[in-house]
Amino acid sequence: MRLSELRPGERARVRALKLEGPLRRRLRDLGLVEGAELRCLGRSPLGDPSAYALCGAVLALRRADCSRIEVEAEEWSGS
Amino acid sequence: MERIVALAGNPNVGKSTLFNQLTGLRQHTGNWAGKTVETARGRCGDYLLTDLPGCCSLLPRSEEERVARDFLLRGGAEAVILVCDAGRLRRDLNLALQCRELCPRVLVCVNLLDEAERRGVRVDCGKLSEELGLPVIGIVARRRESRTRLLSALDSLFAEAPRSPRSPPYPTELEAALSHLEPLAAGEALPGRFLCLRLLAGETLPASAALREAAARERAALGWNEELLEDAVTSALLREAERIARAAVRGTGEGGSARDRLLDCLLTGRLLALPALLLLLLGLLYLTVRGANLPSAWLGEGLAALGALLRRGFAALDAPGWLTGLLLDGAYGSLSLVVSVMLPPMAIFFPLFTLLEDAGVLPRVAYDLDRPFRGCGSCGKQSLCMMMGLGCNAVGVTGCRIIEGRRERLLAVLTNALTPCNGRFPLLIALLSLFFAPAGSLGAAGLLCLVLLGSLGMSFAATWLLSRSLLRGEAAPFVLELPPYRRPQVGKLLLRSLLDRTARVLGRAEAVAAPAGALLWLLGQVEIGNGSLLTVCAGALNPLGRFFGLDGAILLAFLLGLPANETVLPILLGIYTAGGGLTEAGSLAQLGAVLTQQGWTGTTALCVVIFTVLHWPCSTTLLTVKKETGQWRWAALAAALPTALGLGLCAVVAAIGRIIG
Repeated sequence: MRLSELRPGERARVRALKLEGPLRRRLRDLGLVEGAELRCLGRSPLGDPSAYALCGAVLALRRADCSRIEVEAEEWSGS
Repeated sequence: MERIVALAGNPNVGKSTLFNQLTGLRQHTGNWAGKTVETARGRCGDYLLTDLPGCCSLLPRSEEERVARDFLLRGGAEAVILVCDAGRLRRDLNLALQCRELCPRVLVCVNLLDEAERRGVRVDCGKLSEELGLPVIGIVARRRESRTRLLSALDSLFAEAPRSPRSPPYPTELEAALSHLEPLAAGEALPGRFLCLRLLAGETLPASAALREAAARERAALGWNEELLEDAVTSALLREAERIARAAVRGTGEGGSARDRLLDCLLTGRLLALPALLLLLLGLLYLTVRGANLPSAWLGEGLAALGALLRRGFAALDAPGWLTGLLLDGAYGSLSLVVSVMLPPMAIFFPLFTLLEDAGVLPRVAYDLDRPFRGCGSCGKQSLCMMMGLGCNAVGVTGCRIIEGRRERLLAVLTNALTPCNGRFPLLIALLSLFFAPAGSLGAAGLLCLVLLGSLGMSFAATWLLSRSLLRGEAAPFVLELPPYRRPQVGKLLLRSLLDRTARVLGRAEAVAAPAGALLWLLGQVEIGNGSLLTVCAGALNPLGRFFGLDGAILLAFLLGLPANETVLPILLGIYTAGGGLTEAGSLAQLGAVLTQQGWTGTTALCVVIFTVLHWPCSTTLLTVKKETGQWRWAALAAALPTALGLGLCAVVAAIGRIIG
């Protein structure tokens, strides 16, 4: 599935970044690489962008950009 | 001998706070990524510290990162203090590993340990140091004892021999290519492995011809394009960072503390966020309006009494009339008006706003408002620049560097002056309190809030217009970091901000308002034809001014107030009372009397309010626009755009006013 489809509270693992150019680099620098784990924390009051927890930080990303990031949803492990 | 030490780290890890603690300087700090956009230098013992702008990587993507890397490569830094945030060490280690590859002396400073602990994250600094192969100390930058600990760590860093740069393990193909190249790089100025890697990635860096040729050959043999290579490098760095973090860090701190979640619910929740932000703004303005009222009156009375005393003194000394006029009616009158009417609101609003900034509220505003800004062709970070513009438009324009896309950055630069700065705020408050609502009332705060919302609306409109005409283009990608909330050091912050702001306003008043007052008095004395120079000029502008619901004197005051918006009001009064004194007009009530006497109506006041928000920015801001964009035409546009909007709106209001009559 795509990162943009991840609902608030759900977790996922990144499978592929189908992005190129500056955004791809920026996201990789911030730790968003294949295999990284992230969680959707919520959406902005007007529905877009959404906030994601990644590597201990919180990033806000737009839906348009998130729809080009492939992820695999994960069950909440509880730990 | 002085040793140059660079302070590097990801954005918003507390570099500037640490820098201030170490050097005793007062760089502005705030709880959001991108607050520091320029390098600052300061002394600390035997060390000359340079505070670099925050960067996530030394593979330069943005201007700030280029600045940071170039400084590390060629700035003469003998050591790097790498500041990390304990709460997001996984990510910050990425940069630490890159520094380790580049610099022989790196001290890793794990900051914000207390905050991380509250979120359930524990860092084992000893283990971290072992895994990284670099000295590590844990600190809380805000605490004073951090200084001594850090200094002694620096001393021992310089006491030991420099370590040879180390890299994480890269994929075998890449390692093979590097092993062919590295022997050739022995005599180079830059660290060998780093240089070879960058040359392989196709970057042009100073290197011998032989090395460059060999690198080109290896690059061709490897057959990786730039993206593949960058991916391999960043993946290797992140894997290594992950491995180290797993060994040295307990807990993820994900989602923040319960307090953070509650605040997020309030400030970014679906239903609550926008009303909550509006209430916050209203509250802030109410405190400003209400709080400024009393000191304003006291200062007005005090300064008027002092003026009367001075006048008697001048009379007792038999001072010539022109001297009394120049100094008392001119300089002193203008100065006391700035101090009594302009200073209190500035000295209250700005420190309060700094509190919000320190707590981490501002990036949430950018998060909430991204969507409407995107609708206008821009991005939510523009709201951060606008909020900086509330303090000073020149600062707001410089702050636009946080916006990555060139087109979006220009949009934010050009529209920044539509947000009324602290120099215009008090004028708005004075006019609203005189004509529309009792001074210091909730009504006055509400009206001011409406004016600000109006200016936000105009910013949206102007951004929309520009992005559909001059600055068309694709939306640049948007990544915004939301920092954890921090409890600001309220007392210290308020006091410092208050003193800073007061000193700044007084300094400007002394440098600009007093001379302007004296000059105005002089111009008021120069008789040409049937009046003074001032009245003649104001008279000439009058028909134009009237059309826009203003008058000649108002237009002239705004024109002469170009160097500093704070001086518009004293200049206006100077013109109205040309030849007479204005020492009497120290308080709000007296100000009102003068304005009514000049035939001001509610419509006039409304038009002046509009024109105060929407006119050319001050000369400092215009120069900053030129500096940031590199072209005068953008500065001209930054002046023309708000002026056109303001005059248009004033003409409409004036026309309606005439009809209702």
